[in-house]
Amino acid sequence: MRRREFLSLSTLAAGGALLGARLSFAHSAARRGSRFVLVILRGALDGMAAVPPCGDRDYGALRGAFALRAPGVAGSALPLDGFFGLHPSLGFLQQCYAAHELTVLHALATPYRERSHFDGQDVLENGAAHPHALQSGWLNRALAQLPAPQPREAGVALGQNLPLVMRGPAAVTSWSPSRLGAPDDDTLARLSDLYAGDALLAARLADALAANAIAGEDLRAAAPARSAVSNARYAEVVRAAAGFLRQENGPRVAVFDTTGWDTHANEGAAEGQLAGRLGVLDASLATLRQELGATWRDTAVLLVTEFGRTAAINGTRGTDHGTATVAFLVGGAVAGGRVIADWPGLSARALYQGRDLAPTLDLRSVLKGVLADHLEVPPRALEQVVFPDSAGAVPLHGLMRG
Amino acid sequence: MQGSIASAIAANRFGCGARAGELAAIGGDGRDWLRAQLLAGPPTLAAPQLRSSAGILAAALELRREIQGARKAGALSNTSDDAAAEATQQAQQVLQRLPQFLKPIYTAEVTARFAQAVASERPFVERLTLFWSNHFAVSVDKHLLAGLAGSFEREAIRPHVLGSFNDMLLAVEMHPAMLLYLDNYLSVGPHSPAASRAKARQAQRRVGINENLAREILELHTLGVRGGYTQQDVTTFAEVLTGWSLGGEGGRFAAGTPGQFVFRPELHEPGTKVVLGRRYPEDGFGQGAAVLRDLVRQRATADFIATKLARHFIADDPPPAAVARIADAFATSGGNLPTVYRALIDARESWQQPLAKYKTPFDYIVSSYRGLSLPVDESHAPLAPFEVLGQRTWQPGSPAGWPDRSADWDGASALMKRIQWADAVGNRMGSRADAVQLAPQLLGANLTTATRTAVAHAASAAQALTLLLAAPEFMRR
Repeated sequence: MRRREFLSLSTLAAGGALLGARLSFAHSAARRGSRFVLVILRGALDGMAAVPPCGDRDYGALRGAFALRAPGVAGSALPLDGFFGLHPSLGFLQQCYAAHELTVLHALATPYRERSHFDGQDVLENGAAHPHALQSGWLNRALAQLPAPQPREAGVALGQNLPLVMRGPAAVTSWSPSRLGAPDDDTLARLSDLYAGDALLAARLADALAANAIAGEDLRAAAPARSAVSNARYAEVVRAAAGFLRQENGPRVAVFDTTGWDTHANEGAAEGQLAGRLGVLDASLATLRQELGATWRDTAVLLVTEFGRTAAINGTRGTDHGTATVAFLVGGAVAGGRVIADWPGLSARALYQGRDLAPTLDLRSVLKGVLADHLEVPPRALEQVVFPDSAGAVPLHGLMRG
Repeated sequence: MQGSIASAIAANRFGCGARAGELAAIGGDGRDWLRAQLLAGPPTLAAPQLRSSAGILAAALELRREIQGARKAGALSNTSDDAAAEATQQAQQVLQRLPQFLKPIYTAEVTARFAQAVASERPFVERLTLFWSNHFAVSVDKHLLAGLAGSFEREAIRPHVLGSFNDMLLAVEMHPAMLLYLDNYLSVGPHSPAASRAKARQAQRRVGINENLAREILELHTLGVRGGYTQQDVTTFAEVLTGWSLGGEGGRFAAGTPGQFVFRPELHEPGTKVVLGRRYPEDGFGQGAAVLRDLVRQRATADFIATKLARHFIADDPPPAAVARIADAFATSGGNLPTVYRALIDARESWQQPLAKYKTPFDYIVSSYRGLSLPVDESHAPLAPFEVLGQRTWQPGSPAGWPDRSADWDGASALMKRIQWADAVGNRMGSRADAVQLAPQLLGANLTTATRTAVAHAASAAQALTLLLAAPEFMRR
């Protein structure tokens, strides 16, 4: 059943390239105000935890005690389409799904098939088939192809510098608050590990974290069970992003990234490390919608990560670097309420190299569809300039509202 | 790739932190690399935007006179409310002109110095420069020092870093920045011509010596606080130094070239003086120069300098044997600094106790900049990291300079700030620097398995850089 639904979609996608182009041309005036937000989840998000395939018969055995239960009981996954669930921390995204403003794309991957974060993120951002093949990013090259007139700054990266995805010929800018932010919990956790053999630094770091916890009491009270530090930081970033995108003649594209998804140990399930991070992410997306106001209607937010994680839980109650994962496309401009997945299954034979969720959808197909239908990047430019050597990745049209 | 422990120590403990490729260039024996750095000329720092202290001070003094004039005018014109308000407003505007004049000078000086430390091919000599600059500290929270601290370092410290301690000491104590900072320029001998005139006029304003410079020369610059001097030595030495002043102050102090050292005989306490048991016949300026020369010859000075050098480069509690050998080199050479440095290099202890020193923020920032090849210029907020990490350049707040022990820098909040800064640097650089590749190049044999593993398994290029910069062996040298 899953397969059939997907095939109908992919048939539309494969045969609809021309149609899609005509449609986007016809809606040119309406699309002029479209806004796009790219959120890069650095560290490799566990797609099987964020969008658990509760209906897959092998899922429970692979995840054991960390498998999320099918929707219906306390602490279980939130309902999506009956086969897939949504992590219980993603309450806002679940509302979006119900409002047909969220499309989940599963079992997808970039063309990268190794497991290095750095190279994986390089491919995620450069839009090529291989790491370091290009020194510019696909989003910047796409912005450079937009028909005039465009705002002076076509895009903004929320951060001190431009991530690779935003580097290139198009005029884009970056912005960040002037004061130093706190490192994310994952980095602090790694430093705590790194300082374990150093009595002085271990003690000092523990002292500093304790002091921060006290100082952050107000924030924690406002958003219980979540990291005050991360919440504040992402809320600030999101507010900044919305502030840019709300402006009529401001940038149409905003990019920011989040970290802390590299859950090698103590990943947790309905609660725990990843749950906390997903909660922060979900809350920040809710803030984004609120801050965007009427602009939300014209906005598509795409959340992507460099690759997925192992299908099975590892020996440290976490997951190691994997292959296929999930992406979220959310926003008022999204034709949502769907999970798009050519689900490969989780049997030992179905797993990629015997360990990872197998990729059945090329992320570049999704990117091409969004860029063409939402931002009106010319299809020829998408094939030749934005995603070179991507002929195998057929644009996935129909992702946006007509 | 990892190289010898000697190269890692040479670059990180004695240098400004390894740059990529530096450990390989140093090779097996860091000693030769350090010694070779002592052979070339003094570590000058020149840039078109850097002005002489004399020019800066002359302009600043002129501005100060305008401010004083405006204040007087404001006070005199206090006839109606409107006029008073207008005068006050004008005085405020004039008042702002001095900081407006000084701030860009400070920024340019900090930037140039920072850039030189980051780019230096002779980082050991740069470190020595910074050591001496801190030994002879001025602090920009006083008077006009924001405009003078940089030129002071360039004019009084750098020319003598590879010369003699005596020459450096003399240049420092004669420099307008030090004379302003430690108040000597207005010190008046009680039996000086100026004091006699004041008495004759029955002036209300008390004239006399200011001990500040004399005391700090003995306590901080030469003998050390346990160097065997008495209060009488301080007082007498202050009398010796009366007349060491600067030109262009106007009024009674109008003589001399504005902004430059001038010896004012009318302020000088006449007569033979005894300092530390030694008689100094009256010789005007020469009397003070003679005391300074003899202070350099005191064993206490050799011990004090040797201890500070060893504490700075070897360990918070430096091994006494190494201190003694360095002090011997200082004493037998009469303060010939390259000889002293060679004793430091030759000390067995210099090459042991790896990572005994916790980096100061300056060390930490500069080594980070060198390691990651980060840009230093005024468009990249070069002042910010020092302010954020708590070591605002040339603002130690006391003539003792910045402290040099771990406990002075390793507080919990300071560590968190450092981590935050490392995190910011990591995010700024992202994939433009490869921490996995850099770690062995920067830390060499000091790179631990734990750090190597943490960097390799980081969740992003940015996090890998953060972990490298925040690693225990990068926090230390």
